[in-house]
Amino acid sequence: MNVKALLLALCLASPALAQGFAGLGTDASGFAVPEQDRTLEFPRDHGAHPQYRIEWWYLTMTLQGADGRDYGAQWTLFRSALAPEEREGWASPQVWMGHAGLTTPDTHFAAERFGRGGVGQAGAQAAPFRAYIDDWHMTSTAPSGADALSALSVAATGPDFAYSFDLTAQGPLVLHGDKGYSVKSAAGQASYYYSQPFYTVTGTLDLPTGPVEVTGQGWLDREWSSQPLASDQEGWDWVSITLDDGHRLMGFQLRGADIFTAGTWITPDGSATSLPDGALQFTPLGTATVAGREVPVRWQIDWPARDMRLVTEPVNPQAWMDLTVSYWEGPIRVNGTHTGRGYLEMTGY
Amino acid sequence: MTRLALEDIRKSFASAEGAVPVLQGVSLAVDGGEVVALTGESGSGKSTLLHIAAGLEAPDAGRVLVAGQDMASLPDAGRARLRRGTVGLVFQQFNLVPSLSVGANLAFQARLAGVHDPAFCADLAARLGLTEYLRRYPEQLSGGQQQRVAIGRALAAKPKVLLADEPTGNLDEATGDAVFVLMLELARAQGTALLLVTHSARLAGQCDRNLHLRAGRLA
Amino acid sequence: MTLAALLSHWMRNKVQLAMLLAGLMLATALWSGVQALNAQARGAYATAAALMSEDGAASLVAPSGQMDQAVFAQLRGQGVLVSPVVEGRLRLGDTRLTLLGIEPLTAPQGTAAALADGDLQAFFAGAGFAHPETLADLGDPPLPLSPSSAVPVGTLLVDIGTAQRLLGMEGQISRLLLTGPAPRPLPEGLQLAQASEGAELAGLTDSFHLNLTAFGALAFAVGLFIVHSAVGLAFEQRRGLFRTLRSLGVPLRALTLALALELALMALVAGLAGLALGYVLAAALLPDVAATLRGLYGAPVPGSLQFSPAWALAGLGMAFAGAALAGAQALWRLWHMPVLAPAQPRAWAMATGRAMRWQVAGALGLGGLAVALALLGDGLFAGFALLAAALLAAALLTPPLLALGLRGASRLAQAPVVQWFWADSRQNLPRLSLALMALMLALAANIGVGTMVASFRATFIDWLDQRLVAEMTITPRDAAEAQTLEAFIAPRVQAVLPLRRVDATLVGQPGAVYAMRDHATFRDNWPLIAQVPNVWDRLATEEGALINEQLARRAGLWPGDSIALPGAGDVPILGVYPDYGNPLTQAIVTESWFDRLFPGTPTRQLAIRTDNPAGTRAALLDEFGLSAQAITDQAQAKQLSLAIFERTFLITGALNVLTLSVAALALFATLVTLSGLRLVQLAPLWAMGLTLRQLAGLELARALMLAGLTMVLALPVGLMLAQVLLAVINVQAFGWRLPLQVFPADWAQLALWAGLAMLAAAAWPAWRLWRGGGGPLLRVFAYER
Repeated sequence: MNVKALLLALCLASPALAQGFAGLGTDASGFAVPEQDRTLEFPRDHGAHPQYRIEWWYLTMTLQGADGRDYGAQWTLFRSALAPEEREGWASPQVWMGHAGLTTPDTHFAAERFGRGGVGQAGAQAAPFRAYIDDWHMTSTAPSGADALSALSVAATGPDFAYSFDLTAQGPLVLHGDKGYSVKSAAGQASYYYSQPFYTVTGTLDLPTGPVEVTGQGWLDREWSSQPLASDQEGWDWVSITLDDGHRLMGFQLRGADIFTAGTWITPDGSATSLPDGALQFTPLGTATVAGREVPVRWQIDWPARDMRLVTEPVNPQAWMDLTVSYWEGPIRVNGTHTGRGYLEMTGY
Repeated sequence: MTRLALEDIRKSFASAEGAVPVLQGVSLAVDGGEVVALTGESGSGKSTLLHIAAGLEAPDAGRVLVAGQDMASLPDAGRARLRRGTVGLVFQQFNLVPSLSVGANLAFQARLAGVHDPAFCADLAARLGLTEYLRRYPEQLSGGQQQRVAIGRALAAKPKVLLADEPTGNLDEATGDAVFVLMLELARAQGTALLLVTHSARLAGQCDRNLHLRAGRLA
Repeated sequence: MTLAALLSHWMRNKVQLAMLLAGLMLATALWSGVQALNAQARGAYATAAALMSEDGAASLVAPSGQMDQAVFAQLRGQGVLVSPVVEGRLRLGDTRLTLLGIEPLTAPQGTAAALADGDLQAFFAGAGFAHPETLADLGDPPLPLSPSSAVPVGTLLVDIGTAQRLLGMEGQISRLLLTGPAPRPLPEGLQLAQASEGAELAGLTDSFHLNLTAFGALAFAVGLFIVHSAVGLAFEQRRGLFRTLRSLGVPLRALTLALALELALMALVAGLAGLALGYVLAAALLPDVAATLRGLYGAPVPGSLQFSPAWALAGLGMAFAGAALAGAQALWRLWHMPVLAPAQPRAWAMATGRAMRWQVAGALGLGGLAVALALLGDGLFAGFALLAAALLAAALLTPPLLALGLRGASRLAQAPVVQWFWADSRQNLPRLSLALMALMLALAANIGVGTMVASFRATFIDWLDQRLVAEMTITPRDAAEAQTLEAFIAPRVQAVLPLRRVDATLVGQPGAVYAMRDHATFRDNWPLIAQVPNVWDRLATEEGALINEQLARRAGLWPGDSIALPGAGDVPILGVYPDYGNPLTQAIVTESWFDRLFPGTPTRQLAIRTDNPAGTRAALLDEFGLSAQAITDQAQAKQLSLAIFERTFLITGALNVLTLSVAALALFATLVTLSGLRLVQLAPLWAMGLTLRQLAGLELARALMLAGLTMVLALPVGLMLAQVLLAVINVQAFGWRLPLQVFPADWAQLALWAGLAMLAAAAWPAWRLWRGGGGPLLRVFAYER
C-alpha cells in the first residue's frame, strides 16, 4: 500500500473531493457568500478569492488545423478552500487543481495537476495576471491599460500531449446574471460569474503524431462561490456557443428535483441579455457509452421566444475527462436554425 | 538335609470375578542332592509355586525356607541376595543376557554372588560341551546349547537350590533328554536340591520323587 | 475394515500414538511458526518500501541531506514532477520515531485523493497516522494520530508542514520524490538517488531470515526423527497383524494404501494442531523478532501477527511431506514383505554392523562435502550448506562413535553388572540411535549458537566501551543550533566532537561518509582491526580514509587498497574498524577534508568529552535551554546498544530451547516405546538377583551416561558450528567476523540441561519398572513370546 492508497482509504471515505471541485459542496460555514449588490472590479476580481470555497478559471477553445480538421482544447484551474483564508507556507488551506483537455475527432487527452497554495506551486494573482499550477499557466500578455484578460498566453502539458496558445480578445468582458451575480437555483443559490467569450486563438498542439498548428476561438469563464448549487442538484449540462453570425450563447440546465435553466445571449458587440429560468429548453437527442456510462452527447437546445432551435453534435463523443474529478467536456458543432461551434460540459453522469 | 521347604503356601490372584485361589496350602521339602519333579495340569499353579520358591513372587501366606532362611520374611533386597547366591533358576525359554557372550553369561551369576571360580566355570563349560562357544553370543547358539548355558549359569554359583521350570520344554526330545540328564548329573554332583516343574511323565520318572499339583493342592 | 484393524493398534498403544502425533505436530509447529515470522517481517518490509520510497520511485537529494523548500516550487514550475519529503528522527517520551512528512497533493500517483475536505484539513493542520502498535507505545502523543497499519511501525506519517515544525526544519526538505521522469540535466546541486530502502532492507535482512529458516528446518528434522521412530516401531509391532491380514486375503495394494491413509490421517490431525501451535509460537516470538529486526536493521516490523491462508496451506503441506518422508521406509518395507514373513521380534532400526558401516561411509562423504564447501564455497548459502553437511555427518557418526566408546568401556569393566551395563547399552544403541542423533544435533546447535552469541557479546561489550567514550551526545535541532551549541559548550568541556555525515554509495552499496575530528578521544580509543602505520597521523593529514569492517569484507578492500569516495576519487584505505550492529557501509575522513568535500553539511550530533557530566548537563539544560531529550548520556547509549544486542539473539535462544525440548521428546518417545522390549532383557537379571530398584537405577544411569557421551560428542561439533557461524555465516550475513571464545561454564550448564532432559525422558519408564513390581517381568518367564 502506498501513500496514495493509504490516503484514499483514510481520507476519501466519501466522494467529498469530487463534490468539492464540482461545486456541489453543501456547506458554506465561514465562507463568504455572493451578494447581489456587489460590483465586480477588475483587475482585482481576475485573481483568487480565498474567502470563497470554490473558484475557477475555465478556458475552452474550438480549433481547426490548416486542413480544416476540428480540435478542441480546455485549460482549467480550480481552487478549493478548506478554510476561508490564505496563509503562508504549508499552512495554506487553499488547494489547487489543474485540468487540461485536448480533443481530436478520434482521441481525447486529459491531464490533471494538484498543488497547495502558500509555497509557490500554484495560485492566481490579479496583477500582473497569472494563474498557474506547476508549469501550466495562463498569463496576461495584454498591454498596460487594457484589461488583463484581453490577451493571454496559455500552456499545459500532459503525459502524452502538450499545447500552447496565444489568445486575443475581440470584445469586452461579459457579466452574467445580474451584473455578474448569477443565480443557480430556484432557492437562490448563486455565484459570481463573468466571461471573456471573444478570443481568437492561435497555437500549437503537441500530439503523439506530431505538432499541429491550429487557429480558432476561445471562451474564458470566471466563476466563484461558496455554495453554488442546491442540495438536490446532481449535475449540469452547460454550453458555450459561438454562432457563425458573431452572436454568442451561454446556457445551462441544472438537473435536480426540478430543472433550472439560465443563459446569456451576447451580441457581437458584447451586450448581454440574461435568460431567466425556463427560457431555454434542453432536450437530449442521443446518448453514447462513454467510460462505461450512458452520456447524452447530442442535444437540442430550444429558445422558443426567439424561435431558435440548435442541434449540437460532438466532435468526439468520447470526450470524457477521466481524472480524479471526472466529467464530459468537449467541442461541438452546432446546426439547426443557426450554425456555429461551441463547447459542451456535462457533469453528474 | 532340607535345602528347600515350603510350608502351607497360599496364593490367589485378583481377577474381574474376585480373588482366584491358585495355591491352597502347599507344603513340600527338598533335600540336598535330591531331585523332585513337580507335575500338574496347565494352570494348576506349578509355575507360581516355583516363582514363590525363587522369591520372585511373595505368597499370601506360608513360609519359604531356602537353606534355612525364611524368604517371605525378607525385604526385596534380601530376596534378591538369596536369588543371587543360593538359588539357581532355569527357565523354559533360557533367559540368557543377550548382550553378554556365552562365557560372560556362564560366569555372570557366580560373579554377581561373588563366588566366581574360573576353574570350576571352565570345568562346567567343558562338561556342558560349551568350551568352543564361550566367545559367541546367545543368539548364535541353538536352543539346546542356550539351555545348557542357562543351566551352567545357574550351577556356576554352586546354588543350594536349583529351580527349573520346564527346562526342556522348548527343545526337541533328543536334545531335551540330553540336557536333562546333564542337569540331573550336575545337580546331584553338587548336592543341590533340585525342584523341577515338568509336563513330562517320562522325565518325572527319572526323578527321585514326584509331586503332583492339582487345583492348588498337592495330590 | 483393513484401516480399522490397523488403527486398533493405536488404541492399545496410546503413548506411541501420542508420540507420533506430538512429533509431527512439533515439527510442523516449529517450521510453520518460523515461516509465519518470516512472512510477517517480509510483509512489513514491503509496507515500508511502499511508504518510504513510493514503490521504488527515485528521488533527488542534496549531498548535505537537506535542501531549500523553494527548490520544490522551482522544479514544479519547470514541469519536473517532484513531491517533497521531510524525514527525521523524533523522540517522544522514551520512544524514538521516524517522522515522515509528505505532501499528499503531489505525492506519487496523484494522491489528490487526499483532497477530501475534513480529514485532509486535519492532516494539513497537524494530524497524522501511525501503526496501531506505535500508537500503543506512545500512549499520549503530542499530536492527533489515527491508527493505520499501512504505516510502518515506528514511523509517524504527517503532513510536510507538520514534520518541518516538529523537526525544526522550516523551509527545508529532505528530498524530492520523482513522480515523473528525471530531469536532464539534473538540477544544480542535486543528485539522483535510486533509493529503494525496502529492497535494501529485504537484502540486509535476508540473512536473518535464512538463519531463522535454518533453525526451523533443524527443528523440523528433529521432529521427523520422532515420527520416523514411532512409525517404524508401529510397523514392526504390527508385522504379525500385516501377516495375518495378508493371509486373510487382503491385497498388498489395499494394505499399503490403508497404511498410507492412516499416515495421511495422522498428518492431517497433527498438521492442524501443529499449525495452531505454530501460530501461537510465532505470535509469542514475534515481538522479539520484530525488536531484533528493528534494532539491528531498523526494519519496521509490527509485533502482532497476521494470519495468512497460504501460510496455513504450506504448513499443512510440510506436515504431509514430513509424514510421507518418515513413513516411506515403513511403506516400502511393507510392499516388500513376503506374505509369511516370520514374526521374529527383530529390531526395527538398523541393528547390524553393516548399517553402522553405511552410516560411517555416509558421514565420511558428507564430511568431505563439508570440507570442500569450507575450502571452495562462497556466500551465505554455501555457508549453510556447509553447516548442514557437517551437522549431518556428525549426526551419522554419533551412533558408531558411541558404540566404539561403549565397547571400550565394556572391555575395561570388571564387575559383572558394570560389564553388562556397557554391553547392554551398546546392544540397545541402534534402537536409540535416531533419538541420540537428534539429541546430538540439538546439543551441538546449542553449543554452537551459544558460543557464537557469547563470543559476540564479549567482543561487542569491549567494542562498545571503546566506541562510546564520549560522556554525552547532544542532538541539535538544526544546523544553526548546532553552531550556537558548539560555541556555547566548547569553553565548558574538554572537547566537542561534532558528528557530520553524508549519505553516499560506497562500492555500489548504500552507506555514509563521516567526518572525524583529529582528537585523542579517537586516537586512544577507536578500535581498528587492520591499519597502516601511523594511521591517525595519516588520517589527520588527509592521506586517506578509514572504512568499516562490513565494507572491507564485502568489497575485499583492506589497508593498502583504495576506495572511491564521492567527490574525492580513489582514496587510500588507512584502517578498518569494527562497526557491529550497522548494516550499512561506512567511511571516515578527517574533518577538514570532509568539510571541503561536502561543504555545508549540517552537524547531526555533538559528542562531548567532559569530566563534569552533571555540570555540563545542567549548563545545557538551564543556561542554554536545550531540551532534555536532546541529550543522550553514555550510560543510556550503552544500555540502548546492549538492549538491542540482547534482543537480537533472544529469538535464537528461544529456538535453541525448543530444539532441545524436541530432542528430549524424541528420547522420551523412544524410551517409552522400547520399555516393553527392555523387560525381556531385564528379566534374567532380576531372576539372577538384581532388585527392581537397581535395575531402574541402572536404566537412569544408562540414560545419563548416553546423554553425557552425546554431550562429549556434541562439544567439538558445536565448536565447529560456532566457528562456521562466526567465520562464515556472520561475515556473509552481517559483514563482521568475530574471534571464537569458549565459555566452559555455559557447556557445563548445557550438560546439566541435557542430563535433566535425559533424566526426564528416562524417568517414567524407569519409574514404571521400579514401581510396577515383578509382575511384568514374571510374564516374560510365564509366556512364550
